[in-house]
Amino acid sequence: MSRISSIASAGRRVLPNHWDLIAFAVIMAVLAAIARGYHGIVAPLPPPDVPVISLDYSELPYYAARTALRMFAALAASFVFTFTYATLAAKSRRAEMLLIPLLDILQSVPILGFLSFTVTFFLGLFPGNVLGAELAAIFAIFTSQAWNMAFSLYQSLRTVPRDLDEVSRGYRLTGWQKFWQLEAPFAVPGLIWNTMMSMSGGWFFVVASEAITVGDTTITLPGVGSYIAKANDAGRWDAILAAVATMGVVILLYDQLLFRPIIAWAGKFRVELSASQEVERSWVLELLQRTNWIRIGYRPVVAGLRSVSFWRMTPPRLFPPNAVAPSPVASRILDVAWIVAVAALTVYALWSVVAFVGTELAWPDVLNVVQLTFYTLLRVIVLMALASAFWVPVSIWIGLRPRWAEAVQPIAQFLAAFPVNLLFGAAVSLVLIFHLNPDIWLSLLIVFGTQWYIVFNTIGGAAAFPNDLREAAANFRVHGWDWWRKVILPGVMPYYLTGAITASGGSWNASIVAEYVKWKDQLVTAHGVGAYIAEATDKGDFPKIVLGVAVMSIFVTLFNRLFWRRLYAHAERRLRL
Amino acid sequence: MLDVTSSILLDVKNVSQTYATGSGEAANPVLQDVSMSLREGEIVSLLGRSGCGKSTLLRLVSGLTRPTSGTVSISGEPVDGPAEGVAMVFQSFALFPWLTVLDNVEIGPRAQGVPLEETRKRALQAIDIIGLDGFESAYPKELSGGMRQRVGFARALVVQPKILLMDEPFSALDVLTAETLRTDLLDLWQEKRMPIKSILMVTHNIEEAVLMSDRILVLSSNPGRIAAEIAIKLPQPRDRLDPEFRQLVDRIYALMTQRPEPKAAAQSGGFSMPLPLVSTNSLAGMLEEIAAPPYNGQADLPHLADSLQLEIDDLFPLGETLQLLKLAEFAEGDIKLTPAGKRFVDMDVDQRKRLFAETLLANIPLAAHIKRVLDERPSHRAPAVRFREELEDHMSEDYAERTLRAIINLGRYSELFAYDENAQAFSYENPQ
Repeated sequence: MSRISSIASAGRRVLPNHWDLIAFAVIMAVLAAIARGYHGIVAPLPPPDVPVISLDYSELPYYAARTALRMFAALAASFVFTFTYATLAAKSRRAEMLLIPLLDILQSVPILGFLSFTVTFFLGLFPGNVLGAELAAIFAIFTSQAWNMAFSLYQSLRTVPRDLDEVSRGYRLTGWQKFWQLEAPFAVPGLIWNTMMSMSGGWFFVVASEAITVGDTTITLPGVGSYIAKANDAGRWDAILAAVATMGVVILLYDQLLFRPIIAWAGKFRVELSASQEVERSWVLELLQRTNWIRIGYRPVVAGLRSVSFWRMTPPRLFPPNAVAPSPVASRILDVAWIVAVAALTVYALWSVVAFVGTELAWPDVLNVVQLTFYTLLRVIVLMALASAFWVPVSIWIGLRPRWAEAVQPIAQFLAAFPVNLLFGAAVSLVLIFHLNPDIWLSLLIVFGTQWYIVFNTIGGAAAFPNDLREAAANFRVHGWDWWRKVILPGVMPYYLTGAITASGGSWNASIVAEYVKWKDQLVTAHGVGAYIAEATDKGDFPKIVLGVAVMSIFVTLFNRLFWRRLYAHAERRLRL
Repeated sequence: MLDVTSSILLDVKNVSQTYATGSGEAANPVLQDVSMSLREGEIVSLLGRSGCGKSTLLRLVSGLTRPTSGTVSISGEPVDGPAEGVAMVFQSFALFPWLTVLDNVEIGPRAQGVPLEETRKRALQAIDIIGLDGFESAYPKELSGGMRQRVGFARALVVQPKILLMDEPFSALDVLTAETLRTDLLDLWQEKRMPIKSILMVTHNIEEAVLMSDRILVLSSNPGRIAAEIAIKLPQPRDRLDPEFRQLVDRIYALMTQRPEPKAAAQSGGFSMPLPLVSTNSLAGMLEEIAAPPYNGQADLPHLADSLQLEIDDLFPLGETLQLLKLAEFAEGDIKLTPAGKRFVDMDVDQRKRLFAETLLANIPLAAHIKRVLDERPSHRAPAVRFREELEDHMSEDYAERTLRAIINLGRYSELFAYDENAQAFSYENPQ
């Protein structure tokens, strides 16, 4: 008896169980999709007159795989960037002085406006090869993710708990060891969360960057984005719907296969004293952790990586270690030299931009662009206000009902990933049929994708609102307007602002797409800097693009600094529960 | 004589440590001219209040920080970076939440490149000694505070240090757990089951220091200096109720509440005096406790600490504030109500506030100064930053901030002046 049971248990450890089968199937499917997607990447660029994109539904899975793969490549690039850039900024004081403000501005630059440059640049790198166009698209997605991931890592690196830092130094870990034992793990939860947020934005950019016309060059990469562009050109409603469904499936798969497992796994990196009540779960992760074969497979990998993380690697020292502390005077002189160098570089960069723009444009153009930017600013403000006025009460209502919140929050997150291009047909048709004013009605497209950030953050805030405060409010019979003003609105404010800041940034970007809308051969435009940039891109008019993007960046930066940051700092200080 | 010097493990000579203040120029000494040594086979406690630099001294010894002047040497070797042969146990445990107990314990030797098998052997041995068997694959989150600190001890033992440094290792634990851990540690020490040659411990718990140490170094605050050295000859295990034990505890309480020399406090209008941030409710509560039986106006500090369940870091700031306000005074390890303090206890709320306002104005120069400025100004408003800058001329930014918070709190309670947090300004206006 005991012998049989011992054999059975021994067998169970090695023989595949049903978990193995499912896991195997899932992994193979992912591998196959990647292989199929990779196949076309290095093919030579087809001649311009051959239609690359077919609106046949059966091609959609292939396009979806290509798009998803592009997203993945961009994600990988973002990680590489994040780990080098943010680490450098956190470790070197002088690098920090330059890198962090740079990152801050990059965050405010409307990436979509720069698409034309990057496309030209990458096409030039690989003439005649589709790889250049691929890289350009990947770069566009990269720019929508990398900045905020780098910020997240930088902030984590700067806020490593003091006691853990002392342990690492006290037990004499080298820089390399400390990075992998302490700093990187500590940064994981924030980084994952930011990556996921960036991913939503990424879908919007991948769609915009797959089919792009810069002057005479038209680039069409096989992918869902090009499919949508083609469907818009052809005015095919059914194809749009098919694209919507496909996007839905791809986003869902990304979420279930990639992000849920990672989030569930990242739970252990949270620095907190007690086990948290809320444990993220993922069926994929549980599958992987329960599967014997896979566990046997990854154990040596984990052990190997752990050994690597303990390599006694020290960077080569540029100078011999100082016996005495470096003199403050020498350090001050170096600082000054560094600042002067950076300032000189800045002046040179500014000058070259002005010179470039000045070849074709003069002051009246600048004034014109500033005026257009004011229109767009007005649009963003009004639409954000409208979206907030509508969604905040609705989201609070939902957030206070846990069962609703649980169902709605993922849907909102999901909707945030939907690219606005999908609505072009509807927008153009409605504007033309009802003779609507595009300056007003196209504005709605600006918040189409971004309002969801407000929704799911506010729902989160309302769900986290302390129950005792709700009970106290009910007990003292606070109701009506008083309840909104004194109880719930201050309570969700920090959460709402987090969502609103993201939404506001996204809206500026969206304006480049949403103010200049094409459906079949009809073009509807609104007055605004977004349309200005989009039109200049279509015509390949580079000085105009630079001017438009520069003015927009300045507006966005100022808008963020003067309005959002202050509001957020105030909310953090006074209203954080 | 020669014999003694040969067994000296740790030697700290004339060490000073200063942190630059906000302006960057004037420096505030945290430690001033501290010398001490640690011999083989002894447990030494650094006892002092928060802010006396005892943790800084421990970090200087471990090489985590470097002194502004003076030298630290271990076994004759000068310390100029994280030192070999010492290991630290932290108040907050400082475990890596993403590593299991075993991985946490192994981190020291693995970082030094000790072969894997050797590391594992040593780790399991340490886990066994410290009583963690069975918890090897648990994550710190799953453990109670006591078990977490045991991991902290095992992690320290596994690097086979000569000196074990402990930074308030029991103060984050509940009373029962702390006692168990102390006893276990002392047992291991007595039985010489640990590879450690001596222990240097930081604590603010007087009884803990008397219970565990062979010598206690009492540090004074602002700047940190060694105020007294007390050798404890009582045999182990020690009994807290032993009269000799109680006497020692009393003596240390008296030492630590000695009125500081009235040095620079008088000059510069009393601005160099940092105020502790205490709750006015606790102040009133403490006065009432001292006035009531069994103390009847004069309380023995160790007893009072016990009955109020206060550590000295809570008890002393309260007592000191009362002393500053001349509502109570320290005397030989006791605290005694003054006549004003006795009157305060019998008053109703409004009377108390009035008395408090009077004594605040009379005894705390900063309060009088703020009132004077408010009176002088036609608007009767004054921004906080003005006073903060004045304070920062005499103390570090942290102390200035805390002193400002303290005076705001006292001023609000006594209704001497109001403070608007949004505008960051003092005024007389309270909402009517």
